[in-house]
Amino acid sequence: MAQTEHAAAHDDHDHEHKPHGFWKRWVTTTNHKDIGTLYLVFSCIMFFVGGAMAMLIRAELFKPGMQFLDPAMFNSLTTMHALVMIFGAVMPAFVGLANWMVPMQLGAPDMALPRMNNFSFWILPFAFTLLLSTFLVRGGAPAGGWTLYPPLVLQTGDALPMAIFAVHLMGASSIMGAINVIVTIMNMRAPGMTLLRMPLFVWSWLITAYLLIAVMPVLAGAVTMLLTDHFFGTSFFNAAGGGDPVMFQHIFWFFGHPEVYIMILPAFGIISEIIPTFSRKPLFGYDAMVYATASIAFLSFIVWAHHMFTVGMPLASELFFMLSTMLIAIPTGVKVFNWSATMWKGSISYEPPMLWAISFLFLFSIGGFSGLMLAIAPADFQYQDTYFVVAHFHYVLVTGAIFAIMGAVYYWLPKWTGNMYNMTLAKWHFWLSNIFVNVLFFPQHFLGLAGMPRRIPDYSTQFADWNMVSSIGGFVFGASQILFVIVIWQCAHGGVSKATSRVWEGSLGLEWQLPSPAPYHSWVEAPSMAVIEAGAASHETHG
Amino acid sequence: MTRTTYPNTRLCVASIVAGVMALASPGAQAAWTLNMTPGISALSRQIYGLHMLMFWWCVGIAIVVFGFMIYSMVRFRKSAGAVADTKLLHSTRVEVIWTVVPVLILISMAVPAARTLVETENSVGSQLTIRVTGYQWKWGYEYVGSGVTVLSTLDHDSDRARELQSGIDPFTVQNYLLSVDHPLVVPAGVKVRLLITGQDVIHSWWMPALAIKKDAIPGFINEAWFEIDADKTGLYRGQCAELCGRDHGFMPIVIDVRSKSDFEQWLREAKQAMAQEGAPAPGQTLPAPNGTAPAPTASNAPADLPAA
Repeated sequence: MAQTEHAAAHDDHDHEHKPHGFWKRWVTTTNHKDIGTLYLVFSCIMFFVGGAMAMLIRAELFKPGMQFLDPAMFNSLTTMHALVMIFGAVMPAFVGLANWMVPMQLGAPDMALPRMNNFSFWILPFAFTLLLSTFLVRGGAPAGGWTLYPPLVLQTGDALPMAIFAVHLMGASSIMGAINVIVTIMNMRAPGMTLLRMPLFVWSWLITAYLLIAVMPVLAGAVTMLLTDHFFGTSFFNAAGGGDPVMFQHIFWFFGHPEVYIMILPAFGIISEIIPTFSRKPLFGYDAMVYATASIAFLSFIVWAHHMFTVGMPLASELFFMLSTMLIAIPTGVKVFNWSATMWKGSISYEPPMLWAISFLFLFSIGGFSGLMLAIAPADFQYQDTYFVVAHFHYVLVTGAIFAIMGAVYYWLPKWTGNMYNMTLAKWHFWLSNIFVNVLFFPQHFLGLAGMPRRIPDYSTQFADWNMVSSIGGFVFGASQILFVIVIWQCAHGGVSKATSRVWEGSLGLEWQLPSPAPYHSWVEAPSMAVIEAGAASHETHG
Repeated sequence: MTRTTYPNTRLCVASIVAGVMALASPGAQAAWTLNMTPGISALSRQIYGLHMLMFWWCVGIAIVVFGFMIYSMVRFRKSAGAVADTKLLHSTRVEVIWTVVPVLILISMAVPAARTLVETENSVGSQLTIRVTGYQWKWGYEYVGSGVTVLSTLDHDSDRARELQSGIDPFTVQNYLLSVDHPLVVPAGVKVRLLITGQDVIHSWWMPALAIKKDAIPGFINEAWFEIDADKTGLYRGQCAELCGRDHGFMPIVIDVRSKSDFEQWLREAKQAMAQEGAPAPGQTLPAPNGTAPAPTASNAPADLPAA
């Protein structure tokens, strides 16, 4: 509609009906590909902002003694690093990938709710401007940890209402994004694209979207109660007024644990796309993968208190949360075994997306192992709030979620740009990242076991050696990410060669039936049954 | 700060020496440490055993799973001429196996874990109760029934060295950030109960050698207990484990484990010292300490070890 008028007004022969001018193309856009790009670019910027904070943290921790950060500033940096990376880098990256890929993989022309799509993205720059500007206000940026535990968080200065409003905005954005994904998947599938024919990436996003809708309002409620406790004299979390500071932790982690899976389920979906392509063999155990994902999502609602084994819960609660947490190992194991079995008797090649996916398999599993150890409540009394936990969640979030995102970008970038990227540079990025991410995070297991608490700006000299190793790993890992930007930039500006529509020899799925770059409006006509059957994973025909 | 470039040979040698010494002395811990301390109580050793059990299970599973992946990655390379078997899409038999086997492994983990957990929550029969209070940013201890209180803050040397650009090399400070002015004196061979709370924000009392970490929450009283082996006297060190504000990293915990008779003598002397200095004003239950004597309180309860 708007696009046709627009194209008519221009005399150049733009077959794709792309709106011209920065404002119309990027600000008021309702195109899922443009909005996907906006999300991904925003996520990349936030990845570097959060990464810069991590570099400052690792620089201060390079050796014992306080070198250049005030402890309050250090606490602000750890808090903001987490908030920026979780809400600014990882989540928007997955929404960006969903925007790009879900319609293309379903044979749909766009997302179901394009204007809301625009709105849900454009909230984010405002939310993060608000959040990051707290560094400039009286009392500094929030320094009570991203978990915002009261009463400590109520000691925040002017930043408190700003941070809470920023969290509200991020939550609103996430909920809108999730509604859009669900409505799209439920209503916009091409005829013949049954639920159990959908690619695993779409499946994992469908389940993730339900998690988002279920828990983001819980977070909004929790932070609103903080707001009223601080400004309106309520005592939700104030023991002196009859409230309960531990209740905040229960509410927070009722959001927080599903949130962890919000950041990993789409990653599972990505890995389930990449491994079959480069093994030249359909995914092993498709149905089991779908059910395992759904089981993990269900379990995510009943394990939250394993984040708070040391708060002094009744024995029965501790037992329940220990056992329910251990159960997660079963569907997660099923997923890892299925990915491994997909490689079995395959014909495997090692292009950059596959390298990232394999790295994910190994390193996410290491995060899974430490997760299993952390589930054991008595042992958790030693691990809780130490660097062992820091190592654990960075293995699942950096080498899990972020590595999957990197794999996804290397996988679909030729489809987005129409160009192949520089494979050598991409492999350099992969190897540098993989070696040094382990130099960065593996020693943190040792530090935690040796007794180093997390969130401390300075430490005893016995922790000096591994901290220095970890910091060196951090600096090189951080610097390596510049290669990522260079590869993407080159690829977007011509790359090394033109991409074919299939791009990869073993790729299945509807997105690879479209030309590269994918036309601005794809699947304006739904793909035929033959295309769906040729394209969609062939699990069903053999199942 | 500007002078010291680390690592240098002297400090590396010092690290190695410290590592060797750590095997002999209970208080110090080695640099390049890889693992958790087994601790100084039967329960802490049990928890250490659980940790090692989990660790070896994970290593075993990793060898099998990673081994399978690496074998597939090498064996089924396209460059080695592998042809994909596109019919291999699922197998009920293996899927049942790789669901049931993990369930059995998890049960074998859960049983000892649950047993240990039950024990950590069983403080019945304790002979001494100490009330632990977390403050921003120090620890208060009160020997319930004897009226003796101790306020425990970061020692002066560490406190000076940890200032921003203090110019003091932390390696020259003994037990940098892990020593306090007044440690918590506890008896070995006695079941001791801790009642843990917080005054302002949430803290967490963590003593790795006892495998105890319990949050100190305003308005809540949490319970923990330990019984240190009779021969494990000495100093043991830990830290606050819950972010509690600006100086969270600077409120260490030190316990001074003494034999039962030495402890009883210390408690008597502490009570006498308290009596000499006179009772503090009401409400001022934990005055800032000066000198080495523990600060007194208004309580008139008997100083002897209360029998349970």
